Amino acid sequence: MIADIVISGLINGSVYALLAIGFSLIFGAARIVNLAHTAFYMVASYCIYFATHKMGVHPVLAMLVAIVLVTLIGLVCYQLFINPIREHEAAVLIATIAVAMAMQEIMLLIFTGDYLSVPALVMGYLRIIGVKIAYQQLLTFGVALLILAGVWAVLMKTRLGLAVRSTAQDREVANLMGMNESRVAMITMAISVGLAAFAGAVVVPLKVVDPHMWMHPLIMMMAVVVLGGLGSLKGSFVGSYILGLAESLVVFLIPMGAFLKGSVALSIMIAVLLIRPEGLFGIAFEEER
Amino acid sequence: MGMLSFYLRKLIIIFKGEVLVLPSRVVVFLFFLVLLFLPVVTQDPYLLRILILTSIFAILAASWDLLSGFTGQMNFGHALFFGVGAYSSALLNLHVHIPPWGSIPIGALAAVLAGLIIGIPCLRLKGTYLALTTLAFPIILMGVVFAIPDITGGELGVSGLDRLSRSRLTDYYVSVVLMLGLCTVMWKITDSNTGIIFHAIREDEVAVRTAGINTTRYKLLAFSLSGFFAGISGGLYAHFMRIAGPSTLEVSMSFTVVIWAVFGGIVTIYGPIGAVFILFPLLEFFRFWPEFRMLMFAVVILLILLYMPDGLLPWVRDKIEKECPRCKIRNVATRKTCRVCTAELD
Repeated sequence: MIADIVISGLINGSVYALLAIGFSLIFGAARIVNLAHTAFYMVASYCIYFATHKMGVHPVLAMLVAIVLVTLIGLVCYQLFINPIREHEAAVLIATIAVAMAMQEIMLLIFTGDYLSVPALVMGYLRIIGVKIAYQQLLTFGVALLILAGVWAVLMKTRLGLAVRSTAQDREVANLMGMNESRVAMITMAISVGLAAFAGAVVVPLKVVDPHMWMHPLIMMMAVVVLGGLGSLKGSFVGSYILGLAESLVVFLIPMGAFLKGSVALSIMIAVLLIRPEGLFGIAFEEER
Repeated sequence: MGMLSFYLRKLIIIFKGEVLVLPSRVVVFLFFLVLLFLPVVTQDPYLLRILILTSIFAILAASWDLLSGFTGQMNFGHALFFGVGAYSSALLNLHVHIPPWGSIPIGALAAVLAGLIIGIPCLRLKGTYLALTTLAFPIILMGVVFAIPDITGGELGVSGLDRLSRSRLTDYYVSVVLMLGLCTVMWKITDSNTGIIFHAIREDEVAVRTAGINTTRYKLLAFSLSGFFAGISGGLYAHFMRIAGPSTLEVSMSFTVVIWAVFGGIVTIYGPIGAVFILFPLLEFFRFWPEFRMLMFAVVILLILLYMPDGLLPWVRDKIEKECPRCKIRNVATRKTCRVCTAELD
């Protein structure tokens, strides 16, 4: 029981971490609240389904294609719909919701609302202290950690990462220091959507694919990001594991818990906000919150 | 008799001088007229049904604008007020047998309470944090609704409520008159001293506080006022549909309200109302291609945002009316000089 809770919590937590870090990155660097973030995750899942089932491509290749394709779609959406209205904060929120709804409807049109599934990359399972862990779950967990480490390395060790971080701290000064602010925003958008697509790719064998699958992760991701502090990567990382574990605790321990899992995660978020309005690791900018 | 004709003439002069001079006022006048006298022309139950729902959602969208548009407190969980209003009036009606004219106002008071409860944590937050936090509340409540199906009916909702009134026509008049009345009240509120303070909080909260105004109190006032109007629309919806289900609390419900308001133009009150009256019947019209309905909705919104980021109705209004540069009074776009101070219009 305890092992079950911990394992499903860790896996959910890693997926939320992948999503939340992408969301947090683009918010930090460009002040864009991209509510379509998890819609890209859904599109990536559909791409993989289409490539493996309808075209018979090898799953690993399908994942790579899906990630590249979704990143391109994300950039096109950014250029067409978000970039022109970036200065209007409310308009960006609405535009991203509209993009997400449009994608959901397009997927409904192409694939209908049926529940689809993708086979696991590796079969079989492992027994640890009496709990069955599918190799696929281990793989998902490992790959998610690897990618998170990769993102961390890019942000901390490269010149690009420096540009992204400094733009996140102060857009105007970063611009004065010779960083092309709009190009940094665009590259960050690409990384962020790429992370969402990647989250979709690693999680697709474990989940049911349907056009509404972006709603629940969106809510959890926002709870994570607010809990950890908007724009703080460390906060998103810690927050995702806290909420991932809380979610599986509720599901396993409370009767009717499956209905309450969103409520509990969000209640934790609100409780933290009451004590620390800037989130766990957020830095309080006076004029921003 | 002399008195009567005097007042009548005065009314006509006011009508000529204040309403007919501006196309936007003529449009509002015609809007009232058409809605009130439509049943004389047609009593098609389907058309009346659409207009009833449109009126109910117009109250909701305008109440969002009162809170989020005017005070700038981006509320992404407006479905909470709607849902609380709907559920409480439904439960009161079903278990305590309070008729609709009593249960809807009590439901609205419950929504005011909800507004106060969520207002208190939200007072410390701003901008995006506030938007994301408010989004959480209806989801939390929805989880609770699903977790106690004995009381709330779970997924099926509370059904079997009293009708709003005996006939479809009375339903129509109740909701349309309420809509026109409540929206006028909201517009009056935003035009009053309080409304100016709301607007000032949106522009610069620190400056307002410096002027010796307790902004906390005004923000809570905005939350409860908005909750009251949204609660009334929730109660009306529950009694008209005769069911209060979890769909009233859904995330998409909150999003739809925001979309209506932004589409119509925020900080106007008339914008969201106009937007609902354009978009809601339009969506019904698209029911002939059900699979393209939401897609069209999304595309229309994206286009509006790209070409008129301030919303549709203020954009139209700026095309047909000009503001006098000297006395700030609005004029028809065709005029060369201001109608009051005769300054040159550019």
